[in-house]
Amino acid sequence: MLTAILVMVAIAVVIGLVLGWSAIRFKVEGNPLAEKIDAILPQTQCGQCGFPGCRPYAEAIAKGEADINQCPPGGEEGVKKLADLLGIEPKSLDEAHGTPKPKSVAFIDEQTCIGCTLCIQACPVDAISGAAKQMHTIIASECTGCELCLPPCPVDCISMVPIAEDLPHWKWKHPVVMLKRVA
Amino acid sequence: MSRELFKFKGGVHPPGHKSESNTRPIHAAPLPKKLVIPLRQHIGNPAKPVVDVGDRVLKGQMIAAADGTISTAVHASSSGTVTAIDLQPVPHTSGLPDLCITIETDGRDEWIAHTPLDYRAMAPTALRMQLRDMGLAGLGGAAFPSAVKLDPGATRPCPTLIINGGECEPWITCDDLLMRTHADEILQGVAIMRHLLGSTEILIGIEDNKPEALAAMQAAATKMDFAVEVVAVPAHYPGGGAKQLIETLTGKQVPSGKLSTDIGIQVFNVGTAHALARAVHHGEPLISRLVTVTGHVLRPQNFEVLIGTPMHTLITLAGDRDGTTGVLMGGPMMGVPMPNLDVPVVKATNCILVKSNELFPPLPKALPCIRCTRCADACPAVLQPQELFRFAKAGDFGRAQEYKLFDCIECGCCSYVCPSHIPLVDYYRYAKSEIWAHEKGKRASDLARERHEFRLFRLEREKKEKAEKLAAKAQATRAQAAQDQTRRAELAAEPAAEGTAPSDADAKKALIAAALARAQAKKAEIAPKNTDNLSPGTQHEIEEIEARRAKIRALARQPLETEEKP
Repeated sequence: MLTAILVMVAIAVVIGLVLGWSAIRFKVEGNPLAEKIDAILPQTQCGQCGFPGCRPYAEAIAKGEADINQCPPGGEEGVKKLADLLGIEPKSLDEAHGTPKPKSVAFIDEQTCIGCTLCIQACPVDAISGAAKQMHTIIASECTGCELCLPPCPVDCISMVPIAEDLPHWKWKHPVVMLKRVA
Repeated sequence: MSRELFKFKGGVHPPGHKSESNTRPIHAAPLPKKLVIPLRQHIGNPAKPVVDVGDRVLKGQMIAAADGTISTAVHASSSGTVTAIDLQPVPHTSGLPDLCITIETDGRDEWIAHTPLDYRAMAPTALRMQLRDMGLAGLGGAAFPSAVKLDPGATRPCPTLIINGGECEPWITCDDLLMRTHADEILQGVAIMRHLLGSTEILIGIEDNKPEALAAMQAAATKMDFAVEVVAVPAHYPGGGAKQLIETLTGKQVPSGKLSTDIGIQVFNVGTAHALARAVHHGEPLISRLVTVTGHVLRPQNFEVLIGTPMHTLITLAGDRDGTTGVLMGGPMMGVPMPNLDVPVVKATNCILVKSNELFPPLPKALPCIRCTRCADACPAVLQPQELFRFAKAGDFGRAQEYKLFDCIECGCCSYVCPSHIPLVDYYRYAKSEIWAHEKGKRASDLARERHEFRLFRLEREKKEKAEKLAAKAQATRAQAAQDQTRRAELAAEPAAEGTAPSDADAKKALIAAALARAQAKKAEIAPKNTDNLSPGTQHEIEEIEARRAKIRALARQPLETEEKP
């Protein structure tokens, strides 16, 4: 009887030690779920979701503090992917956070720009080059189209230009299957 | 032939339709009034223009230079004046325009000075750079920059060189005619390739439906000072595909996701070998090529065409007919439809196939897939086309990739045998471009994330640096004040215990006094710069003005003094 209890206690202690050690040794840094959500988000860093960037939004979703339908640049497709990842029902985009727009890049009218650097400070991905009293310009390949540079501009010289389809960006379309008309 | 041949899996036997166009000799297409030369004719980066609008260019002059390693130059096909560098329609199924250089020809067809290269004396790297600057690209249809393929690499020897004269696609005969008429030059090109790649075994594969070409090539091969084996391979579509030809000739399969060079084999088209010989032995860049114009035309034949010639002029030359339903660039199996005929001939244009309802009856409407797996039997890439179709249609691109979508060579065998007439290849092209677009988007968002994170880090760092700087400055000021205080205390202590202990206000006053003294010293340092080497007259004038200024200053001070007095 006593032997049995001692054996059980010994096993419990050993297992407890192993578990305790592994909890320290194999501790996962950061929130892996937030990482996965962040990988799905489009990284425009536009803040339309109500959070200052994609990463904070991903963390809020992971904690259950934000809904999955607050990201207009991700579109319905993004919502569907998030729903798949989290195992919940997809829902339609929340209009309160904006509607999806065609992918665009910002464009600075260099005739009007006064070189105030306000847009440079607003750009979340440092995609505007320029200095005080020098003309600014957008580095188009780095621009995410977040529109955060539009409100601070005192002379309204920034506009959004939709990305036109050109040869390097052209895609084969889904083949159209002709349906047979029935009666 | 003593060589043992192997059989690749799958393939089809479509009617050849070669005799329509290979019975007429090659004609040189006349010089057009206007040449439109696209800058993106090859795989890789488009060439960068090196001429300006209004420049006069000579035939063979480089008008756009290679940009990066995987790129090649573009040349003027004839002499004339550059009239535009802008977006023009190009031979692409989308109908989208691309950057082109337009040359108004002057009819003189005047060559730029060009000299042959002594390739044996040149360093291989220098020779490859020269070939890149001569615009060489694969003429079999993919237009991959040849200079890149001619680099065996330091670690990858290329013992086997295969020259592809298969031309398995129906209707096309440009390689056939080229081999019949220019066999010697093709073999001269092969000699240069052998020199660059260090190959020991050279095989030329030609389908057995081209007996004249086989005979001509065999005759030319005997004249060479190295062993060349000209092999007749059975006519079996797509036997002229690089991977299929490798398997037929050597029995080796190129592993999935690998290149033929990984198993020590390099493959070039006969047209590329010919262009290489022209470039090295005559110094002529790639400015023309053979193009088969066939199908629904009066006189199907091959033309020697300058790059940039509009396609419709070739169809007119071959005799256009009523009832044309469309034009393909390439053959009926892999060709792509041309949205309009003003587009120019490019380096990749091997054939212009005019369609009519009699020759190419429109496909019946696609029916559902019945999973008969005839496509799988026909697939030369050993894929499961019916599964790929299912995944592509459903948008399940991940699964499509697992089923080796990217091993598909788009040969069209599956669509050819499909009893439901499903345009299978269109689905694979759609799935491939969706996957590429998705990967591009992923790269862009990864870059955006990285930049955003760096920005956050930078803002944090700047904040910290600013705080540190401010703290250091405050520290320095305090230290200075303390020093001044002690000095003043010492000064005060010297003339007996007259003064009180120095206060903070005193320290501040001392600081202000010091700053004032500094400012005055600085002001005094600034001397007028134009007072050297003055003539006595000017010096006198200055003295007068100074005297007047002193007087005015004295006058300005007087009322103050009078006010203070009462």
